[in-house]
Amino acid sequence: MAKMNMLQAINDALDIAMAANDRVLCFGEDVGVFGGVFRATSHLQQKYGKDRCFNTPLVEQGIIGFANGLAAQGATPVAEIQFADYIFPAFDQIVNESAKYRYRSGNLFNVGGLTIRAPYGGGIAGGLYHSQSPEAYFAHTPGLKIVVPRNPHQAKGLLLASIHDPNPTLFFEPKRLYRASVGEVPEGEYELPLSEAEIVKEGTDITVLGWGAQMEVIEQAVEQAEKEGISCEVIDLRTILPWDVETVAQSVLKTGRLVVTHEAPLTGGFAGEIAATIQERCFLYLESPIARVTGMDTPFPLVLEKEHLPNHLKVYEAIRESVDF
Amino acid sequence: MTTTKSKVVYSPVFTDGAEFRIPTFKLLKQDGTLYKGGKKPDLDKDKALRIYKAMVMTRVLDERMLAAQRQGRLSFYMQCTGEEAAVIGSAAALDDADMIMAQYREQGALAYRGFTIDEFMNQLFGNELDYGKGRQMPVHYGSSKLNYMTISSPLATQIPQATGYAYGQKLAGDGHCTITYFGEGAASEGDFHAALNMAAVHRVPVIFLCRNNGYAISTPATEQFAADGVAPRAYGYKMDVIRVDGNDILAVHEATKAARKLAVEENRPVLVETMTYRLAAHSSSDDPSGYRSKDEEAVWREKDPILRMQRWLMKHKWWSEDEEKQLQESLRKEVLETMKRAQKRPPPPLESLVTDVYDEVPPSLNRQFEKLKAHIRKYPDAYPKSAGAVSETKKGGA
Repeated sequence: MAKMNMLQAINDALDIAMAANDRVLCFGEDVGVFGGVFRATSHLQQKYGKDRCFNTPLVEQGIIGFANGLAAQGATPVAEIQFADYIFPAFDQIVNESAKYRYRSGNLFNVGGLTIRAPYGGGIAGGLYHSQSPEAYFAHTPGLKIVVPRNPHQAKGLLLASIHDPNPTLFFEPKRLYRASVGEVPEGEYELPLSEAEIVKEGTDITVLGWGAQMEVIEQAVEQAEKEGISCEVIDLRTILPWDVETVAQSVLKTGRLVVTHEAPLTGGFAGEIAATIQERCFLYLESPIARVTGMDTPFPLVLEKEHLPNHLKVYEAIRESVDF
Repeated sequence: MTTTKSKVVYSPVFTDGAEFRIPTFKLLKQDGTLYKGGKKPDLDKDKALRIYKAMVMTRVLDERMLAAQRQGRLSFYMQCTGEEAAVIGSAAALDDADMIMAQYREQGALAYRGFTIDEFMNQLFGNELDYGKGRQMPVHYGSSKLNYMTISSPLATQIPQATGYAYGQKLAGDGHCTITYFGEGAASEGDFHAALNMAAVHRVPVIFLCRNNGYAISTPATEQFAADGVAPRAYGYKMDVIRVDGNDILAVHEATKAARKLAVEENRPVLVETMTYRLAAHSSSDDPSGYRSKDEEAVWREKDPILRMQRWLMKHKWWSEDEEKQLQESLRKEVLETMKRAQKRPPPPLESLVTDVYDEVPPSLNRQFEKLKAHIRKYPDAYPKSAGAVSETKKGGA
């Protein structure tokens, strides 16, 4: 075990993947000698050469188009989009191409080797275009996997699993935690399972569900609720698509209450999908309406981002209201 | 760090690029003779006949299948008519192991590689033998064994993918390249520019073959770009470029062969602009009489690439009227017989609705599938294609 922050854990995962398989390539804007604007790809070019870790021109649709072709050819590309806010020029390549390659060819071809890494989320004074959480746009696209880690240990294991998974995977990294989240990370190769939620803490009164940076917020909210005698079961969904309905449903059948929280806006957010599915599975067991604690239906603000974000107080309030319903 | 090495001037000087006039390479005249002073084509009899037969097969298939669409036997069709030399001449200049990433009008390249009429038909009718499992509209062919990437409707998405595919080939060091086809309309998409720039920067063995056929559905090339065609864009990316008469099989073949050499031996990507004409409608859903004249079409019908090659072959005594007649008859017969067979084959199994979305069917999708099967069992008359497969007595399926 070694103490690492999330960036170091991600860098370690990429290093391990590249060392194990010379068909693994890392590329994107500023990814080469500079190691990426957040340094997630530090030293990889020096270690594995310019052919395998390199800068691309500044064109997201090109980066993902190129990555799709590489993956179809049999390589294992790990493409970086500098900020998730800038992934939209590549939307067509991801939604119409990556996601449909296997299906439309009847499995003659696939881009399963593809992993797309992108920092997401607010709380860093990034304003409209350095703060967004676009997971719900992609969650509407069968064929993609979407993974979000909450800490360094999870980041390394889930990223290695994403790289090795035979399906195109979007890996959204909570950039607010890049350096803030530090923890013990096992050395060497290990994977954490995709499409499996993790029960981070068991409880009996209410289920509180989130992913990525929001798990830290949940932890604070739950600490406060537990002081008041509310026993919370905390679940990290980890994979947004295809998501682990069973673990969540089993938990809600037990607790009868559910709070879902994410940074992305309320309307059309993934919490809506979870709420709809869980009410269908657990209708007669629900003690209160499923609550969603999310960003507001606005573009991401700057000066007032604290007001906008679903912080621990708002999550705590939702827990309280649900229990008191 | 700027990379410009241009000279400095001390008053504003504008340039309009007029000095970049790109010539058109031609070898074969419409009467089947070579232009004077033209390079002697490097094409032996076997290869020439393989090319010619693929061209004729493409033409016959296109004629019959458009007719089948008009008769209501087929939902949709797209013809390669008029562009056979541009497509097949270039495909024939490659190694058969090179990758082809086409747009949708390049069935000729697939015919050249050896896709059988039966294989074409199975895709067109989306039956149980269609490699694509009946999931895509007609003409979205693909073949992994023939190194022909499955067609995708969104325009130009294949172009940056070709850059990536070829980069993988370069790293693998197997001496192969990728060719990608697109129309002059698709070249307006952002993906085109991304692809060429990335290929030039990373020195990728890829050939970008533009079929400048004059129209993007109804929009003429003159309303697509103000420049002299697509070719001059290569200068902006510092890429080798050649423009060629797209109805001249010998010139297209020579040009692409030289382009492949640059790509594979020197990792230099190449843009090839073939000047041709879409003699047919955009698709079976289009009617060109709304946007162009019969006179214009007649001019291009005179430049038929197949007839031009046939005359050249006959002048070499490599082909005869009798052989032509026989080929036409046998192809027509094969197309009709194969069509009947393909039309009768059953549709893909119901489970193909949910397979291949991921490598394995996820649990939530399995639940949706079980629900669908129960629904079909309840209303079997409404789902004649699949009711038999889910009936209570029949075990198995998905």
